[in-house]
Amino acid sequence: MATEKRTIFSPELAARFDRLVTLYPVKRSALVPMLLYSQDEVGYISPEVIVELADRLDIRTNDVESVLSYYSMLRTKPVGKYNVQVCTNISCMLRNGYGILEHCKKRLGIGHKEVTPDGLFSLEEVECIGACCWAPAVQVNYDFYDDLTVEKMDQVLDDYQAGRGKVTV
Amino acid sequence: MPKLVSHPDEVRIISRRFGTGAENIDKYVELDGYKAAQLCIEKGPEFIINEMKASGLRGRGGAGFPTGLKWSFVPKNVDRPKYVLVNGDESEPGTCKDHLIFLHDPHAIIEGTIIAGLAIGAKMGFIYLRGEYRYLLKIMEKAVADAYAKGYLGKNIFGSGIDFEVVTQTGAGAYEVGEESALMESLEGKRGVPRIKPPFPAVVGLYGGPTVINNAETIASVPHIFLMGGEAYAKVGSERNGGTRLFGISGHVEKPGVYELPMGYNLKKAIYEVAGGVLGGKKLKAVVPGGSSTPVLTADELDVGLDFDQMGKAGTMLGSGGIVVLDETVSMVEFALRTISFYQHESCGWCIPCREGTDWLKKTIGRVYAGGGVEKDLDNIKYLAENMMGRTFCPLGDAAAMPTIGFIKKFRHEFEEYVRGNAGVSPAEHDAALVSLG
Ligand SMILES: Cc1cc2nc3c(=O)[nH]c(=O)nc-3n(C[C@H](O)[C@H](O)[C@H](O)COP(=O)(O)O)c2cc1C
Ligand code: FES
Repeated sequence: MATEKRTIFSPELAARFDRLVTLYPVKRSALVPMLLYSQDEVGYISPEVIVELADRLDIRTNDVESVLSYYSMLRTKPVGKYNVQVCTNISCMLRNGYGILEHCKKRLGIGHKEVTPDGLFSLEEVECIGACCWAPAVQVNYDFYDDLTVEKMDQVLDDYQAGRGKVTV
Repeated sequence: MPKLVSHPDEVRIISRRFGTGAENIDKYVELDGYKAAQLCIEKGPEFIINEMKASGLRGRGGAGFPTGLKWSFVPKNVDRPKYVLVNGDESEPGTCKDHLIFLHDPHAIIEGTIIAGLAIGAKMGFIYLRGEYRYLLKIMEKAVADAYAKGYLGKNIFGSGIDFEVVTQTGAGAYEVGEESALMESLEGKRGVPRIKPPFPAVVGLYGGPTVINNAETIASVPHIFLMGGEAYAKVGSERNGGTRLFGISGHVEKPGVYELPMGYNLKKAIYEVAGGVLGGKKLKAVVPGGSSTPVLTADELDVGLDFDQMGKAGTMLGSGGIVVLDETVSMVEFALRTISFYQHESCGWCIPCREGTDWLKKTIGRVYAGGGVEKDLDNIKYLAENMMGRTFCPLGDAAAMPTIGFIKKFRHEFEEYVRGNAGVSPAEHDAALVSLG
């Protein structure tokens, strides 16, 4: 009989993880997705997340930590509710990606990897996000915005500010 | 939603279902979907590999390895389970083609994966998408669930008695994970560091089993080869370069976008006719022809066919098919700095020549750009980059060194102007443009 397990995750996510670990020939294969999905729910990878994932996968917490530190999307501190990621890589750079970044810095009053005091926005300069032909491109959390101008960027930020922005999880 | 573009010179094979709603399984089936898989079940592995070889399809991930040949390397009689791995890590700057396939034609990827599995005798395939592609992962997950519901995946696919499972997987941000052996490490739940080769994945790959790994576009091309016939597919392209390819044209062009052109199509025409020429009628200075790791071409070097062999002869590479166009206003030193900053950021740190080499290249080019460089720095940049070539654990080192060598060789005069203080960039501009990633 399966006993009711104590978990820090919502019942939905816990159930998803229960299934996820059965999909692969080796349980540990679920680690990277589990880290990302945990972060989506908790906001960052907390020590409690590390302990629970290690437990679920029968690995050591330092195995989890070593994987965690490798991937650039994974973080150990909270970011803003809306994490604005501005691509400045080559195709975006040629299409005013740096202008978009500077504008976001000014408007939000924060720099790279900083969070606004109200916790609503954070800003990150990122590498190519695979939207080069529609440059300049930005991701807010997981949602893409492309072919941006400063005006369009303002509109995007206005929408999130007003709670009308799109949120894919 | 990424904009779709079109041009009369396009030959639409991979992109023929884009914008038709083919992410819906019934629509996909209506548009000849899953016919190729059923044909391949009927005809068997030998037929599949022969058609693949006849098609002349070469890997769209960057290196251009013949796909049929790669599949034929998988040993037939082994006890260990075999796997098919679809590489959708798509992280090479300038590249966004797989993005459109996941968005518009996810079932073509599933069908290609099934066919690859049939060819090598695998019972399981994985489709790995970069972590940033969450909305595309959801489309892919839905497509996989629909294919299971129809009996196209799972036990006894198409009533054939053959079982085939497909699992989608997300990354979490790392360019290096696109390298095939690093991807396997990542899929095994580890840090994405490369493995030593040999043994090659075809013999010892994922979970130690023989594995075929292909780029998402390569896999999506596969069903079309069986719909058209290998030879007919080959004929669309150029010599030893079968079929078509999704070329992403970005940067300073009037009509940026992803265009499907026959292999061997002229690069100059692709820029000036297909993509509408240089933005705002400016003069073209340079082209990075196949993603940021490929050596730059100057404006006089563009009369070349877009295939693996012709680009090789022109001293560069077809790479990922991401063509980045630079107009006359671009500072090649700044562009070189942005390029090397990417590779420095993404070096996984596993081997010293890459970790240290990319860091010193970034520092040295950064110093030249900031106006503090000396003549000797230019020789050092070239010397450093040349000594990284072929000496790193995986090809990320080469990917950083090759474009750097190209910039310093072909645009040395611009670097020299920075050293002599004639570049006309103010200190404030340096500060604004200095890459803050860290
Ligand atoms: C640093 C590095 C990054 C790579 N990134 C990708 C990638 O994002 N997508 C991809 O398909 N291949 C990538 N490759 C190439 C793969 O290692 C591999 O050659 C390819 O997936 C094989 O598929 P193909 O034969 O269909 O091209 C990368 C290689 C290196 C060295
Ligand atoms: S360079 Fe910005 S999305 Fe590729």
